Amino acid sequence: MTMTAQPQSPATAHEPKVTVHLKIKRYNPEVDTRPHWEEYEVQMSPGDRVLDALHQVKWTIDGTLSFRRSCAHGVCGSDAVVINGQNMLACVNLIRNVGTHLTIEPIRGLPVIKDLVVDMEPFFAQYRSVLPYLIAHDDPGYKERVQSPEDRERFDDTTKCILCACCTTSCPVYWANDSYVGPAAIVNAHRFIFDSRDQATAERLDILNQKSGVWRCRTAFNCTEACPRGISVTKSIEEVKRAILYDRV
Amino acid sequence: MHYHSYDAVIVGAGGAGLRAAIEVAGKVRTAVITKLYPTRSHTGAAQGGMCAALANVEEDYWEWHAFDTVKGSDYLGDQPAIDIMCREAIDAVIDLEHFGMPFSRTPEGRIDQRRFGGHTRNHGEAPVRRSCYAADRTGHMILQTLYQQCVAREVNFFNEFQVFDVLFDESSGQRRAAGVVAYELATGDLHVFVSKGVLFATGGYGKVFRISSNAHTLTGDGQGVLYRRGIPMQDLEFYQFHPTGIYGFGILLSEAARGEGGILRNGLGERFMERVAPTVKDLAPRDMVSRAIHAEIREGRGAGPDKDFVYLDLTHLPPEQIDAKLPDITDFARTYLGIEPKTQPIPIQPTAHYAMGGIPTNVEGEVILDDKGTVVPGLYAAGECACVSVHGANRLGTNSLLDIVVFGRRGGRAMADYVKSVDHPEIAKGAEAEIRDRIERFKAANGGEKVPAIRSELQQTMTENASVVRTAESLRAAHAKIDELTERYQSISIDDKGEVFNYDLVEAMELSHLLDLAKGLVIAAEARQESRGAHWRDDFPTRDDVNWMKHSLAHREDDGSVRLEFKPVIGGRYQPMERKY
Repeated sequence: MTMTAQPQSPATAHEPKVTVHLKIKRYNPEVDTRPHWEEYEVQMSPGDRVLDALHQVKWTIDGTLSFRRSCAHGVCGSDAVVINGQNMLACVNLIRNVGTHLTIEPIRGLPVIKDLVVDMEPFFAQYRSVLPYLIAHDDPGYKERVQSPEDRERFDDTTKCILCACCTTSCPVYWANDSYVGPAAIVNAHRFIFDSRDQATAERLDILNQKSGVWRCRTAFNCTEACPRGISVTKSIEEVKRAILYDRV
Repeated sequence: MHYHSYDAVIVGAGGAGLRAAIEVAGKVRTAVITKLYPTRSHTGAAQGGMCAALANVEEDYWEWHAFDTVKGSDYLGDQPAIDIMCREAIDAVIDLEHFGMPFSRTPEGRIDQRRFGGHTRNHGEAPVRRSCYAADRTGHMILQTLYQQCVAREVNFFNEFQVFDVLFDESSGQRRAAGVVAYELATGDLHVFVSKGVLFATGGYGKVFRISSNAHTLTGDGQGVLYRRGIPMQDLEFYQFHPTGIYGFGILLSEAARGEGGILRNGLGERFMERVAPTVKDLAPRDMVSRAIHAEIREGRGAGPDKDFVYLDLTHLPPEQIDAKLPDITDFARTYLGIEPKTQPIPIQPTAHYAMGGIPTNVEGEVILDDKGTVVPGLYAAGECACVSVHGANRLGTNSLLDIVVFGRRGGRAMADYVKSVDHPEIAKGAEAEIRDRIERFKAANGGEKVPAIRSELQQTMTENASVVRTAESLRAAHAKIDELTERYQSISIDDKGEVFNYDLVEAMELSHLLDLAKGLVIAAEARQESRGAHWRDDFPTRDDVNWMKHSLAHREDDGSVRLEFKPVIGGRYQPMERKY
């Protein structure tokens, strides 16, 4: 998510505004039979987020434009969209980094409901299918479980996931076959498989060893490139594959 | 029109709502109604940690934590509630660990702890390592962990349903909670949820300010809905400004940056907090640090072309420490300012962050109406939308994550017990009619006023006139502006007349909550002629314990006017002292 070229002066407010051209894929199920493109022009500062440009369209040109957003700084995972062909969060990409000609469409592989809003239910159903919660049968009593910093580090990367679906909806295998659990579900399984406190590794590996599981992955690396949290998604999938093959973590 | 019948309804699925759901689900029929997918909630943006006197790394006692919280609150917090929170903090952290929370660990494998603003050993001697954390994404980890536990318990979520009204049953002569009216974003349908218990956990309302760390969706919906139905709002004048928001954006840079050794510097490179708080310096509580920054800027010692920010300097910290302990916030600086925090100081300014005030409750999370503690049976609130009051006039860092898990749990338990003891409420036919009318009116209206313009003017006046430093004059200006905007709000029209994901309509509804809460805040702030905690009056720059050691209760009358009442602070072991650090 970082893109540091030349350190910028923070005084972005003093930079002259630029004209940003947005081409947005629109679809209103109450009116349209199929999606269509609409084009807009707004004046933005180079230091503004793409999300700010979407807001500028919605708030000053066309209030019917629908998109999800909440935190506006890359931690809630609401505003995953496709910007110039790449899956991104609209709130962590600045105009100066993505340019002034933006083509914005909904993430792929999930049904479009309206404009940039897709149905997230299939995505969350796949997440739920990997038992994404700590399963531990011992009673630790009235104290914390002990976990060494090394054991904690083992799954640190996959705890960063914000369930934005950038990875899963960038995966060509997922586009072709929506029974594949997809990278995000595997990342969230990895987070528990490699947690020394968890005792359900075998169950999760069984789930991911099924036809819908990790073997569908063709290591296209789209997921890793798409992840706004910088998670090594493909690597975590490979680690789960190895755990299944060698029956150990 | 859809009807649902539950024993318990929880509104909101951030930390407090999810923690309550874990207590309630499985015991009674429960629905969690949330306008966002639960993992989108703003608990996930909390960074620094959650304090509890575990004493894993150095001597500590919950009483020391309680003392710091009382002092941090500028003696406006209710001490019995603070005692409960600090005592149960230890249990709450252990609970989270058992739920799978991936805390950062000590070399011995125990939960690690670090320093945080206003948290001290032995009643102010020196900073203490009390904050349990998971790198600088503690809130993210708590939110994920609580959601995971809800998935494990098969909690029944209504995602992207927005509550627009609360229902009461008054058939027995006494008003009790009876449910809510919710709007389904995907379809535009209205749903009536009849329920014996209703717990609000809808978060803050930081979007009344222009520079804010809060999500776009933090519009005070729970408070707004209850306020319109006769529930008072407590201590609205106390709103926290976090010292270190990213310049221009307001995005939070955690106090953990200073806990790890970061230093604030003015435009001259001077470490100005040494002058303000000689003992704890940069780790003074947030109200004092924000005021100190404000003073530096006002006295011409700010940085940049407009001298309107100061620096958070991490450049002296070992790069490995920055990568291990502060990875996310340093990434924010790179992403939004193009700054490399390992070699360059980060431009920051105070940012609207946290509402100390809100829906008044007792320590069981029951909503109360007055200074006698009269409860509304079946109605509960927890988290930032509520006011117990544990934060008083100024919340200490980390105590919000603590508040949501401790009082989310207590509220959930109390509600589960209550609903087992009562019959199902009765609601009048057409309970949703008023909301349906409002929606239809919005869609039919063709007045010239627009929601984004009114909201933006509101945010501008609040940041200019009702933030870190206030005067009678500035508050009067804000008051007049809010009245004007409220009037103009009557003539708004929206572009989107459709049913499916009509965020245009949703933003119009949310704006009414922002206007109501802003007005309550400003009127309570005008009344309070003293300076205490986050409420600083340049024209009354001292704390006045004789006249103002009391909570405000703002009542919204049907005509939109505000009536203020006051109730005493509940004291305890710690007597008010001058607040020095």
